[in-house]
Amino acid sequence: MPPRLIPAFKVLVHLACLAPFLWLLEQYRNGFLAANADPVNYVTHFTGHWTLWILLTCLAVTPVRRLSPKLSWLVRFRRLIGLYAFFYGTLHLATYIFLFSGYDLPGALAGIKAGHPGVIVDQWKAVWPTMRDDVLKRRFIQVGLVAWLILLLLAATSPKFLLMALGGKNWQRIHRLVYLAGIAGVVHFIWLVKPGVREPWKDGAVLAVLLLARIGWWVRKRLAGPPSRKTESQKRTLQDVSG
Amino acid sequence: MHLRKSDDIPSSEITPEGAFRAQPEARANRRRFLAGAGLLGAGALAGAAIRELLRPDSVQATTKLTTVASSYSAADQQTPFGKATSYNNFYEFGTNKDEPARNAHTLQTRPWTVQIAGLVKQPRTIDIDTILKLRPIESRVYRHRCVEAWSMVIPWDGFSLSELIKTLDPLPSAKYVQFISLVDRKQMPQLPGGYDWPYSEGLRMDEAMNPLTLLCVGCYGETLPNQNGAPVRVVVPWKYGFKSGKSIVKINFTDKQPRTLWNELAPNEYGFYSNVNPAVDHPRWSQAHERRIDASAFPRTIPTQLFNGYGDQVASLYTGMNLKKYY
Repeated sequence: MPPRLIPAFKVLVHLACLAPFLWLLEQYRNGFLAANADPVNYVTHFTGHWTLWILLTCLAVTPVRRLSPKLSWLVRFRRLIGLYAFFYGTLHLATYIFLFSGYDLPGALAGIKAGHPGVIVDQWKAVWPTMRDDVLKRRFIQVGLVAWLILLLLAATSPKFLLMALGGKNWQRIHRLVYLAGIAGVVHFIWLVKPGVREPWKDGAVLAVLLLARIGWWVRKRLAGPPSRKTESQKRTLQDVSG
Repeated sequence: MHLRKSDDIPSSEITPEGAFRAQPEARANRRRFLAGAGLLGAGALAGAAIRELLRPDSVQATTKLTTVASSYSAADQQTPFGKATSYNNFYEFGTNKDEPARNAHTLQTRPWTVQIAGLVKQPRTIDIDTILKLRPIESRVYRHRCVEAWSMVIPWDGFSLSELIKTLDPLPSAKYVQFISLVDRKQMPQLPGGYDWPYSEGLRMDEAMNPLTLLCVGCYGETLPNQNGAPVRVVVPWKYGFKSGKSIVKINFTDKQPRTLWNELAPNEYGFYSNVNPAVDHPRWSQAHERRIDASAFPRTIPTQLFNGYGDQVASLYTGMNLKKYY
C-alpha cells in the first residue's frame, strides 16, 4: 500500500471497529433493545462477542502479514485494532458491573440528577456481594477478568513513549501476553455456555489456527535460520507458546 | 389482543400490549439521552421493530380459547405476549432464544396424541382434542423462573395435571411421572447434536398431583404458539423452567426416578428437583436475583423467592428434605 493511502485506510479501520458500537447505540435509540425480552443479556453477549472477534482480528494481523512482504504495512494497524478489543472488553465489563449485576442504573442516574451522588455508592454496595462471589467462586468470571486485565496492561503500555522507555524487547515481551488474553477470552466463553452449545468452539478453532500459524512460523525460522546469538531467545519464545 | 381479568388481579396491574407500545415518555427520554449521538435512523423503522416484537410475524396461528379465571393467579405485572413468544428455550428448534420463534412453524400439532404408558391400569393413547375437552380451561397467571436467572409472568391456559392423572388410574406402585417431548428430525431440522433426545423431564407423583402443576394447552387466552410447546405441555411454576416439558407425546408412570435430559448432561448444574431456591447457586451464577421481563422498557432485577413464591402451596412437599443436597 502506498504510504499516502495509510491515513485513509486508518479512517476505514476506525469506522469498521466503531460500527458495532454505533449499531448498539442505534438499537438502543430505535427501541429494539427496549422491545427485546432480555436486553441486559443481549448487550452482555453483544459486547462479549465483539471483544473476542476484534481480538481475533488483531491476532490475525501478523500471520496474514507474513503471507507476503507486500502486506507488511498491515502491522501499522495492529495496535489500533488491539485498542478496540480493549474498548469492547471494557464495555463488556461495564455491562456486567452496571447492568448484569442488578445495579439499578436508572435509579442511580435519577439520584445524580436529583443531587444525591451518594446513590452511586449505595447501588454499588447492593450489588458488590454478588460480584465478589462471582470473582471468588466462578472460574469463567475469573478467566474473563484475567483476559481484561491483560488487555488493560497492554492498552496502558501502548503509547509510543512507553515503548521507548521500556525498550523494544521488554515491550514485546509484555505484549506477547495478548496470546494469553485470546486464549483466556475463548475459555471464558467455553466455560460460560451450557453443555452441548458449540458456538464458542468456532472462535476456538480460529484462535487455534492463528496460534498454529505462529508456531509454524517460529519452527520454520528456527530450522532455516543461521545459528546466531538469537537462537536462544527463539527457543525460549517457542517454549513460552507451546508450554 | 384480548386479556381477561382474573379475580386476584386489580385491573391497574395488568399492562395491555397497547400500553407497552405507547410509552411516549420513555421514548422521549431515550431520545434525549442519545440526542448527541448524531445517529440517523428512521423512526418508522423503530415503530415497526417494536410492533414486530409485540406480535412477530413468526408467531404461529393460534385459536382463541374459552377460559375461566383461577384463584391460583399471581398479581405480578404480566410479560407482554411478544416477549413471551419471542424469547424461548426450546432447543429442538435451535439453542438461541430467538430461534424457536423463527423455526417452530414446522411443528405439526394435528393430529397429536399423547401415549400413556408405564404403571397405569390400562396403557392407552389419548387424542389432544380429548384432553382439551376434559375440564374447563382455566387462565392461570404464573411466575415463570428460568434457571438462567430471568423470569416472566405468563397467563397460561389449562387445568391441573392431577385432573388428567385421576382419569388414568395409575397403579399404587407409580412413584414418578415422566414427560417425553416430541423428537422428529423432519419437523425439527435444527435439532442440535450433543443431546440425548427426546427431551425428558419428570416429577415425583406428589409434585405432579399438586394442583399448581398445570397441564397447559394455551397462553394469553389462545392455543399455545409452537415455540411455547404446542399443543400440550406442563407448567410447574415453583421449579426452574426446564422442568416444564413442552410438546409432550408421552406420559410415563414409573417406580424409579426417571432420566431427565439436563440432569444427565450436567448433574452438578441441573438437579432432578430443581426447585427455585435463591440460596442454592447455579455453579456459574447466583440464583439470588432474577431479571424480571415485563412491560418495562428498562429491565429490573428483583430478589428471587424460595419456590418462586409458591411456598404456601408446595413447601409441605419437601418437609424434612435437605434442599441444598436435593437441588
